[in-house]
Amino acid sequence: MEPKLLMTEAQMEESLSRVADEIIADGTEGVALVGILTRGVPIAQWLATIIEKKQKKAVATGSLDINLYRDDLSEVGAQPVVRPTELSFPVTGTGVILVDDVLYTGRTIRAAMDALIDYGRPRFIKLMAMVDRGWREFPIQADYVGKKIKTDANENVKVMLQSIDGVNKIVVKRQA
Amino acid sequence: MKLSLRHLLSVRDLTKRDVELILETSRSFKGISERDIKKVPTLRGRTVVNAFFEDSTRTRLSFEIAEKRLSADTVNFSISGSSMAKKGESFIDTIRNIEAMKPDIFVIRHSQAGAAAQAAKLIHGRVVNAGDGQHEHPTQALLDLFTIREQKGRLKGLKVGIVGDIAHSRVARSDIVLFQKMGMEVSVAGPATFMPFGIEDWNVKVFTDVRAMLPQLDVVMALRIQRERMGEQFFPNEREYARFFGINQAALHEAKESLVIMHPGPVNRGVELSTEVIDGPRSVILDQVTNGVAVRMAILYLLLGDTKEM
Repeated sequence: MEPKLLMTEAQMEESLSRVADEIIADGTEGVALVGILTRGVPIAQWLATIIEKKQKKAVATGSLDINLYRDDLSEVGAQPVVRPTELSFPVTGTGVILVDDVLYTGRTIRAAMDALIDYGRPRFIKLMAMVDRGWREFPIQADYVGKKIKTDANENVKVMLQSIDGVNKIVVKRQA
Repeated sequence: MKLSLRHLLSVRDLTKRDVELILETSRSFKGISERDIKKVPTLRGRTVVNAFFEDSTRTRLSFEIAEKRLSADTVNFSISGSSMAKKGESFIDTIRNIEAMKPDIFVIRHSQAGAAAQAAKLIHGRVVNAGDGQHEHPTQALLDLFTIREQKGRLKGLKVGIVGDIAHSRVARSDIVLFQKMGMEVSVAGPATFMPFGIEDWNVKVFTDVRAMLPQLDVVMALRIQRERMGEQFFPNEREYARFFGINQAALHEAKESLVIMHPGPVNRGVELSTEVIDGPRSVILDQVTNGVAVRMAILYLLLGDTKEM
């Protein structure tokens, strides 16, 4: 079945611009945007660029690999590829906004919080998700959301990004 | 992603893709040892037995630290004080009995070639060869390779020289095979008594004078003189060895500025390498030790993928 277009590049930019306003309103002093590998990273950078343009001041970014903290390691087949985490600022005392592409069960975010805390004691952890598709299995909610939608369990939300997929758009596919 | 093998017994079994995967994963794991909290929960609930039927400081510590940083439960077995030493229990029975306690991974060092491979046939878990006699030491070769890539940024086309007792060295055997697999050019230097029978077939250049070999090299690996493995007929005199095959500042006179100097340890100071070379700017001997932990973490992690199929 043909995937359904959820957001174009312009709509993504518009959503991120609104999220940027919300983040700036909450304060960006001592705050860093940390993308969860892989797709959270370019979103965090995109968001940081917009924030910098608006407030004329850069905001720190980083990337976080959560694979060593997954709760399904004994269930998946081959081991997931582990990539280096890059946090160029001391985590202790920093307000961290985790950035991910799709918020679904919440298990990734649980792993991300555990991973982050092993690097230090952040002042706070907030969550930004490009798409919130519902179906949570953990008591986790996003502080900033690009777009919130209702989905079926057999739908797959795919956030496509220039640096990975060669295009910026979001589609919803129905699994066969 | 997963390795093409169940056990790490020999570098010969690794595909180039396996090697790339281990190197990439090691790079990610290296960061864990640089944090305040040097531990990830990945191997929680897994049991690793370090079965050392032969002495070791570095390798055993390195494996144990790697296992602990992955949150595995570790158990150590050593031959002294065991039922093998005191009551004559055989190697095979010892392995079978440890196996009955259901560990997930065996790390095995033994003075006999093929010991780890033999154990692998008896057990359900995974086996890592931590050195078997004069045969192989695959994790050492992988950490050497990782260190070279970290220093040089590439592998293919590099010229590597190995100096010393090639015939009795499991490190040399694993290094040569692995380095050649990754497209490096290997040469060796040492006294004629240290050259293995059939070296002509190893596809390496053989030098009888280390000073003639050094100027072409990007990397030189000095091997430890293994006094415990040889009699007088192989090795008459340390002073004489140091004079012809030891690397000191004078020997490095015509070497490249960028030459990297390695040694698998422990170093006999003043024999294989002079003190100023060991502690000098080209030496990466302690980087090798640091990297050993990351590489062993990566291997343990990757071997435990797909355990459901077991």
